[in-house]
Amino acid sequence: MLGFVVRRLISALLVLFAVSVAVVAIFTYGPSDPARAMCPEPKCSVQRQDAIREALNLDQPIHEQYIDYMTGIVSGREIAAGTEAYECDAPCFGVSFIYRTMVWDDIKDRIGPTVSVAIGAGVTILLIGVPIGMFAARRRGTMADKAVIGSTLVIESIPYYLFVLLAFLYLAVSFGIFPQKGYHSFTDSPVQWAWALVLPWLALGMVNASKYARFTRGSMIEAFNEDYIRTAKSKGLKESKVVYKHALRAAVVPIVTIFGIDFGALLGGTIFTEKIFDIPGLGLRSLEAVTQSDLPVIQATTLISAAVVIAANVVVDLFYSVLDPRVRVT
Amino acid sequence: MSDVSNTLGGTPTKDGAFLSVRDLKVHFTTSDGIVKATDGLSFDLERGKTLGIVGESGSGKSVSSSAIMGLHRGTNAKLSGEILLDGVDLLHVSDEEMRKRRGRDVAMIFQDPLSAMHPYYTVGNQIMEAYQVHNDVTKREARKRAIEMLDRVGIPQPDRRVDDYPHQFSGGMRQRAMIAMGLINNPSLLIADEPTTALDVTVQAQILDLLQDLQRDFDAAIIIITHDLGVVAEMADDVLVMYAGRAVEYGPGKEILTHPEMPYTWGLLSSVPDLTASTEAKLIPIRGNPPSLLNPPPGCPFEPRCDHVAKVGGDLCKTVLPELTPARSGGNHTKRCHLENPDEVYEAEILPEIAPDLVED
Repeated sequence: MLGFVVRRLISALLVLFAVSVAVVAIFTYGPSDPARAMCPEPKCSVQRQDAIREALNLDQPIHEQYIDYMTGIVSGREIAAGTEAYECDAPCFGVSFIYRTMVWDDIKDRIGPTVSVAIGAGVTILLIGVPIGMFAARRRGTMADKAVIGSTLVIESIPYYLFVLLAFLYLAVSFGIFPQKGYHSFTDSPVQWAWALVLPWLALGMVNASKYARFTRGSMIEAFNEDYIRTAKSKGLKESKVVYKHALRAAVVPIVTIFGIDFGALLGGTIFTEKIFDIPGLGLRSLEAVTQSDLPVIQATTLISAAVVIAANVVVDLFYSVLDPRVRVT
Repeated sequence: MSDVSNTLGGTPTKDGAFLSVRDLKVHFTTSDGIVKATDGLSFDLERGKTLGIVGESGSGKSVSSSAIMGLHRGTNAKLSGEILLDGVDLLHVSDEEMRKRRGRDVAMIFQDPLSAMHPYYTVGNQIMEAYQVHNDVTKREARKRAIEMLDRVGIPQPDRRVDDYPHQFSGGMRQRAMIAMGLINNPSLLIADEPTTALDVTVQAQILDLLQDLQRDFDAAIIIITHDLGVVAEMADDVLVMYAGRAVEYGPGKEILTHPEMPYTWGLLSSVPDLTASTEAKLIPIRGNPPSLLNPPPGCPFEPRCDHVAKVGGDLCKTVLPELTPARSGGNHTKRCHLENPDEVYEAEILPEIAPDLVED
């Protein structure tokens, strides 16, 4: 078990390393020139831009840039941006080209909203998708099954942004059932926090839940056909115990696997949802940074999202070994 | 008496048998038509006795035993006939009543103990569960009982192994644990569905011994489903040979194995390798495949594969399903075959092929 954990962590770190190298390489090899992005032509002369490149250490070999960047994250560093030098404390992700503010200060406030959206959406996905899938699995082949699974297909075939946009337009704007804008921090007011997020949760939850409904149905039906379900029945166990203790227990393992990956993606930021509902999260910030070629912010959001997704995968794998005793021994 | 039941396609009834299955039919409705998995099966079994049900895959052995367990409830299977256990017709008790009887009165152990046990729960948990569902006991008492049963079926260090998962058990131990689970409520009927098929030969013998031991202790009736005639020879008091959902030969085990009167049974005997026989003795497989149960041939279901059709006059085998009639050798032995003199055919043609050394005597 310990060996498994160690191996899994090492491979996660390797992936993270690869992502971080790519992130640093954006500066030198990326499509946009950092000096130009920071200070475009009419404003800055070519000589001035060269000076900026030097100040950003872009003339250094890539591995030195990498070490600089990583040192910044771990212990902070001094950064030259334009004419000024900034003291950038750890974790230092650089200085925004556009706002000349510390990227970390900017981003750390974005984590709360994104995590709020992700947790609520994740819970909604499971609360809607899994029971529907179980319902359909227990009535497989009946009209109820076909109706439920058919409607999940309809929902899923609607493009996600359209679904969210329609939900927003009708439920928030036209009927005014849900608030249109605004994010409230959980610590300020849990009620307002939740109320502002209900619609994004439902929208994200419904769309993804349809996938989970079909997935749960499939893995429950698979479990129902297992020999150990026949054993459970032949022991005289009650139907509910056969379904919940035996079948669901087996079906939950693959569900956890894909949920971990999806949840990681949600934590990385949901651009459409944040854009439509005006939630100041990571997704929105990285979208803004991309349109402005604000490289340090793009680097930071990419790196953080990647770290979150990788962490989610590690957690799933570790959780998997808790769920499946056969994995535990390795 | 026997005439009446024969017209029903049954075997001679013994009144008040502990388990009495009468004209059992299990039909599945599929999009291609009705599959007659079991079609008019009758047999009797007393407490303390063992019935061996033999046949190829798809002959209806497992479907019939699942019917006794009531495992077809809630599926699209249509069942008819009677399954009388101690006088109660299991086909007509409520679902809840049947559930209460499952595991308590009738228990079942399965072919592959690895897939038949839940991989995510400990062996002890699964055995305790079987006990707790039928007995109002605390967890501690159930655990104590589970350990007792594991000890009884010969698991070493049962108090420690009770917390192991099925994958930590060897194949033979898993089957022992399954048997412990099946017998924990002292069921009066135990159905063993190919209990040794997935095990290696030495372990097979241990498991069969264990079953016989426990049968003596618990005075249970056992139905052992197998395609291994060796298992039948060792275990069964009575033997029922099934083919295409029907009994084709039924009688005392010794009778069936020494004086079979149905060509299908001959085929089964011919395909058993005999270690003690001379190397001259041939291993003869039955040619062809079992018929589709969707569109069974109108005559004898074994006719397309039978080598003895020519000995029966006309196209009787092709057109008329033979009844289950008393065998020439008498006793309670019945067979389903049009041959006039199957016993003579067996002596003259089959025995020299499969056991040349026996013909000399």
